[in-house]
Amino acid sequence: MEFKTYSSPHLPVAESVPVMMQRVLLALIPGIGCSFWIFGWGVLINILIAALTAIVAEAGMLMLRKRAVKPVLLDGSALLTGVLLALAIPPLAPWWILVIGSLFAIVIAKQLYGGLGYNPFNPAMAGYVVLLISFPLELTLWSPAGESLALGETLTLVFTGQLPPGLTLDAITMATPMDTIKTRLGLSETLSEISGSPLFGSFAGTGWEWINVCYLVGGLWLLQQKVIQWQIPAGMLGGLFLIALVFHVFNPDAYSPPLFHLFSGAAMICAFFIATDPVSASTTPLGRIYYGAGIGLLIYIIRTWGGYPEGVAFAVLLMNMAAPTIDHYTRPTVYGHGD
Amino acid sequence: MPESAKNPGTSPAFDRLYSFHGGLKLAGHREITEAAAITDAGIPPLLILPLLQHIGEPAECLVEKGDYVFKGQPVARPVGKVSAPVHASSSGTVIAVEPRPISHPSGLQAMCVIIETDGKDQWQEPGKAGLDYTAMDPDVLCAHIREAGIVGLGGAGFPTPVKLAGARNNIDLLLINGAECEPYISCDSRLLQERAEEVIGGTRILQHIVAANTCIIAIENHMTGAGQALQAALDADKETGIRLVRVPDIYPTGGERQLIKVLTNREVPSLGLPMDVGVICQNVGTAAAIYNSVTRNQPLLSRIVTVTGCGITDPGNLETLIGTPASHLVKACGGYTSHVERLLVGGPMMGHTVTTDSVPAIKTTNCILAVTHEEMPPPSAELACIRCGKCTAACPADLLPQQLYWYARSGNYDAAQDYDLFDCIECGCCAYVCPSHIPLVQYYRHAKTEIWSLEKQKKASDIARQRHEAHQARLERIKQERAQRQARKKQALSKDAGKDAKKAAIEAALERVKQKKQEAGVTPKNIDNLTPEQQGLIDAADKRRQGKTTD
Repeated sequence: MEFKTYSSPHLPVAESVPVMMQRVLLALIPGIGCSFWIFGWGVLINILIAALTAIVAEAGMLMLRKRAVKPVLLDGSALLTGVLLALAIPPLAPWWILVIGSLFAIVIAKQLYGGLGYNPFNPAMAGYVVLLISFPLELTLWSPAGESLALGETLTLVFTGQLPPGLTLDAITMATPMDTIKTRLGLSETLSEISGSPLFGSFAGTGWEWINVCYLVGGLWLLQQKVIQWQIPAGMLGGLFLIALVFHVFNPDAYSPPLFHLFSGAAMICAFFIATDPVSASTTPLGRIYYGAGIGLLIYIIRTWGGYPEGVAFAVLLMNMAAPTIDHYTRPTVYGHGD
Repeated sequence: MPESAKNPGTSPAFDRLYSFHGGLKLAGHREITEAAAITDAGIPPLLILPLLQHIGEPAECLVEKGDYVFKGQPVARPVGKVSAPVHASSSGTVIAVEPRPISHPSGLQAMCVIIETDGKDQWQEPGKAGLDYTAMDPDVLCAHIREAGIVGLGGAGFPTPVKLAGARNNIDLLLINGAECEPYISCDSRLLQERAEEVIGGTRILQHIVAANTCIIAIENHMTGAGQALQAALDADKETGIRLVRVPDIYPTGGERQLIKVLTNREVPSLGLPMDVGVICQNVGTAAAIYNSVTRNQPLLSRIVTVTGCGITDPGNLETLIGTPASHLVKACGGYTSHVERLLVGGPMMGHTVTTDSVPAIKTTNCILAVTHEEMPPPSAELACIRCGKCTAACPADLLPQQLYWYARSGNYDAAQDYDLFDCIECGCCAYVCPSHIPLVQYYRHAKTEIWSLEKQKKASDIARQRHEAHQARLERIKQERAQRQARKKQALSKDAGKDAKKAAIEAALERVKQKKQEAGVTPKNIDNLTPEQQGLIDAADKRRQGKTTD
């Protein structure tokens, strides 16, 4: 009898990339649900446009690169990129914003570098930064928490730019809590004055705090499922918390409390879903803590002293650049090489 | 060497357990074989005895086609220090000494002695008395163990006496490894359940040789039956001073280096041996083999082999003569079930596939695993590495498998070595957790082989270059010598010419003197009063001189 030859190990592998991506998408559902509840149909429309564009762009690029389309599309990474990008875009942004962002993320930031596994930058964040720099106005179209438009109105606005009758853009959009803080601190108001405004909820921005709680829950589930490892989230949230704490203690009137930072803006989705993108992150266990902490510190620096109210995308891209160097200096001590 | 090894008085207690990095919790698949008693596989019609069943030099064949061999008779003798003899495991006729397929990952054939058994199982000297090791010098015992052909039965097959000789009086812990960590395999577990006293006996012999302060037999937590049997046997004989330690079921705890880390928190240096941290490690099967070999004064002729997998009708553990073909063992277990896709020698993590079941079970064969397509489907397509780091988390050597993969794949072997490729024990943890289904171990093995062959090539080219340089130097020397010789000759020639000139000068001078004499008319003195004879002599001499000068 002739038997087949294989290389060891022979036990069937338990994990797979598509399953990991599916779990990440599943873990996003609470956060997406909460965003939908707070910002309305725009959230889902964004996701739909971005995901569709991402998948079409991925398929097109794979065909151009003469690669097998089906197995790569089924790995779910393009879909995830689209969804993550969509979640960073204001719910009332015009459709072409999402198309341009997704196209850049997939075509330039991902496929031109060689596709999944080869991109040095987080594709979703690269796409977002391109939009932020090119179309700053469109990226401020956040609706006030809890006051969203109907489905039809949203669709019309997103696809035609036509506002519902009798409403102005100013009436249906509003600065985010983080933006407000930045502007008003710039006007020499104190934090205690600012936080009296209805924009602020129990411990962070109204609405935003619950979205962040939902992402935290999804992230903890990912940790429990071992899809992600603890180092990057812990490093990022820890870094952000510590630096916020230091400045808040130093001057509570000028610097927001650490809890506000952790539950505002994109902090939680970044900690568990964006910074944890393994391809563009550091890979050594110790390096991942540094990498996460670096993102946390940069987020704080950009939020507090930078030109943008939120710093997640820039922080992630900057640390992406640092990842190879961090890896180089954080190699674990191999068994038998210690002192 | 640790402090404790230097000061035997202060031996550490080894009371608490430590952990190594990474590792995996794997499903055992041992239920059936671990519960069934060891059965005898019997004498196969053919015994195939490879000359190399151990790490080191192959043994040298002592028999030829047509020879009759008795059971226990050596058919090959060790060559050099790191080697082991091979014995006929039953009596019969040597029908060939030729290359045969063996259980080696390369799939290459190797030189084997093939014996057609006669079923008589005849010893040359039946009824040999056993040895009393307590009265024996450790050196003599080591020599006996070498003659008995005992090598590490746990898998590596390193000649046991070599290990013992190095470790004598040099260690503080004798570690008997019963931590059977690979799924499916249960031969050590069954050995401990049924023959705990043999393992303990062998351990005492080893203790007699190496004289360690502490002696531990380690088993994994899942081996409940083995633990109970061993504890009972130890309780029955309190004199032994041997301790049973249960270690967590984490693959690959049974790896020598990992087990030492778990028990002592010491790390065997990268290029070192357990001895360097005061430990010697022997498999439970090796201990039992030593016991049987000494107490019965006979060589290693058989071992226990687990025959299992969904492809085996009646899985179990078999007492197997060394050299028994896998096909015979499968038959003894009721044959194959459905379509068997791969046949493994060893476990599912580190074992290797063989193309034919004609390969023999050798001293290091602990498991024959016949698996079906459903049980272990062919590997799915390899996807791109997403650098998720699961491999890093799982690596028991604390390597960065994904970096190694990167370098191995791109042929950057210097970088791969810089990332300590050669500290990889090929346990397979990284590949098992890889969500991209990359056959990582295959990449590492390929890179190692490439590096070895490059080194071999380099060595060969170094030798060739040295030879070339020596050749060039010789040519140069010959050339120079020739030149020197010629120069000397030339000089010599010119010296001859000088001599001629002198001669000419002398002759010219003589000539001038002669002329002067003739001109001056000088006459000879003392020629007065000459006797006639004297006158005659003078005349003769004058005549001679005259003749000479006129020549």
